[in-house]
Amino acid sequence: MNQFLSFVKKEFRHIFRDKRTMLILLGMPIAQIILFGFAITTEVQNIRVAVLDSSKDISTQRIIDRIDASKYFNIAQTIHNYDEVDKVFQCGDADLVIVFEERFNENLIHTGKAQIQLIADATDPNTATTEINYITSIINSVQLELMGTNFVPIQIIPEIRMLYNPQMKSAYNFVPGVMGLILMLVCSMMTSISIVREKEMGTMEILLVSPMRPIYIVLSKVMPYFLLSCVNLTTILLLSVFVLGVPVAGSLFWLILVSFVFIVVSLSLGMLISTLAVNQVAAMLMSGMVLMMPVLLLSGMIFPIENMPQILQWLSNIIPARWYISAIRKLMIEGTAITFVLKELAILLFMAFFFITVSLKKFKIRLQ
Amino acid sequence: MLTDKIIVAENLTKKFGDFTAVDNVSFTVNRGEIFGFLGANGAGKTTAMRMLCGLSKPTSGKGWVAGFDIWKQSEKVKKNIGYMSQKFSLYKDLKVWENIRLFAGIYGMKDKEIAVKADEMLNRLEFINERNTLVKQLPLGWKQKLAFSIAIFHEPQIVFLDEPTGGVDPTTRRQFWELIYHASGQGITVFVTTHYMDEAEYCNRVSIMVDGRIDALDTPAKLKQQFGVLNMDEVFQQLARHAKRSG
Repeated sequence: MNQFLSFVKKEFRHIFRDKRTMLILLGMPIAQIILFGFAITTEVQNIRVAVLDSSKDISTQRIIDRIDASKYFNIAQTIHNYDEVDKVFQCGDADLVIVFEERFNENLIHTGKAQIQLIADATDPNTATTEINYITSIINSVQLELMGTNFVPIQIIPEIRMLYNPQMKSAYNFVPGVMGLILMLVCSMMTSISIVREKEMGTMEILLVSPMRPIYIVLSKVMPYFLLSCVNLTTILLLSVFVLGVPVAGSLFWLILVSFVFIVVSLSLGMLISTLAVNQVAAMLMSGMVLMMPVLLLSGMIFPIENMPQILQWLSNIIPARWYISAIRKLMIEGTAITFVLKELAILLFMAFFFITVSLKKFKIRLQ
Repeated sequence: MLTDKIIVAENLTKKFGDFTAVDNVSFTVNRGEIFGFLGANGAGKTTAMRMLCGLSKPTSGKGWVAGFDIWKQSEKVKKNIGYMSQKFSLYKDLKVWENIRLFAGIYGMKDKEIAVKADEMLNRLEFINERNTLVKQLPLGWKQKLAFSIAIFHEPQIVFLDEPTGGVDPTTRRQFWELIYHASGQGITVFVTTHYMDEAEYCNRVSIMVDGRIDALDTPAKLKQQFGVLNMDEVFQQLARHAKRSG
């Protein structure tokens, strides 16, 4: 035990004395969360609006004028047929289409209710939400004015349609995504580099000649990065709750438990890479190419998996981060119970088991 | 197996694919002696040594180190040996004291014992003021001396040194050999590989490896006599002339 502790202490010294790595390790999650956080609240301007006005009365004209007057929107064109909506989007002529129902003003006066349909291009869901929010607030203000002049309670009901990504799933996508990315990076890349460094420096030889058991060497290498990952996990959660206002809708306990399983998967992947890589550069490239790129592109962090070609969808199944991100999205954003995340949890557990077995087998007790 | 034979190698062979790095080598090392393991680069010295330390599995053959079988009792072998490798191998980003502490801890020594012995050792090396210096700030010669002292800190029965004086100036090499004699005086058997022939003269017995085989093994005096030459360098030249592998 004393053996083990003095080794863990040594690992921490390596990390703490390397100021640059420390900064990257602890600063990166903060930088990423903030960057993505600002990305999501970016103001959108000069939104091109196409109008399908089947009513053409005072109220619709009033709304159109107000929209056109706002600095965010330009009325780009008028269309006359509902079939044209798709064409407008596909030609890239408009970002948003407004459809007024027939006899808009009459309905408003007689029944107190009228409908507007707002259709947005949700391939970029963040922008789409912002656009819809802006335009809804303009409509609301017109509604208030109309109420003021008519002294009747009236209601304009906007019906919102998000084209191409109807569930708007990726609104808070980036928080689970960043969690997956950071944990993967810290655990896999850092662990593999630190093990390979010992090989390169020749200290691994000394350790293997010593009576210290290889399993302890591996465990004590992995331990500090496990703890660092926990720090990062806490940072990300705190930042996203208090700075970005993304709530933890589900059970915090299960959220953390699933994260632990994912950390173990990443650590064992790092170990596996360290047994394959000959030097630190190779280890870095391997973790970069084999781990980071797929996490960024195929995990559903940036691009929705449902929109990928079939073959990439199959490929994404073997990416641990895909399951982790999906589990976190359900637990944290959607607030579902753990029973709906069992599949993801089972897959992650299986992956952890698989990678640990393979990497322990490959970790050579003797050098040759 | 006699107890005064601290290392016994019987027909040790190591093959890497078609290449036979160590070819059917047999020899013994007596307790307490300084045994020089000589050979050109690529002759198989390091590989042979690694098999004895348990870093590498022999393809065939037997071996005992400190009375333990290198096949079956490698854990016990490891507890009884010290090792210093070709590449300098202390942690550069740890302080002198932290390195001592770490390696002593790995060999299971108690904290109190470590503290007392470390001070004693640092005083002897006149390093006591460098206790809290990062190893990377020490000159190479100092590092080598420190690495050696740490390799024998847990008082092993044998210490294996793999070209410990590579790249070190002559003065420091002399000082280094004084440390080796000091260790030998305390009863630690020293197994050292080198390709400096003047260092061979300091050993009690030397073996010379050529192309994976041991072609000569005796005291330096007897070897010089046998080959009819004045120094070990000429002995080595005569043997190495027949080598097929390039140095």
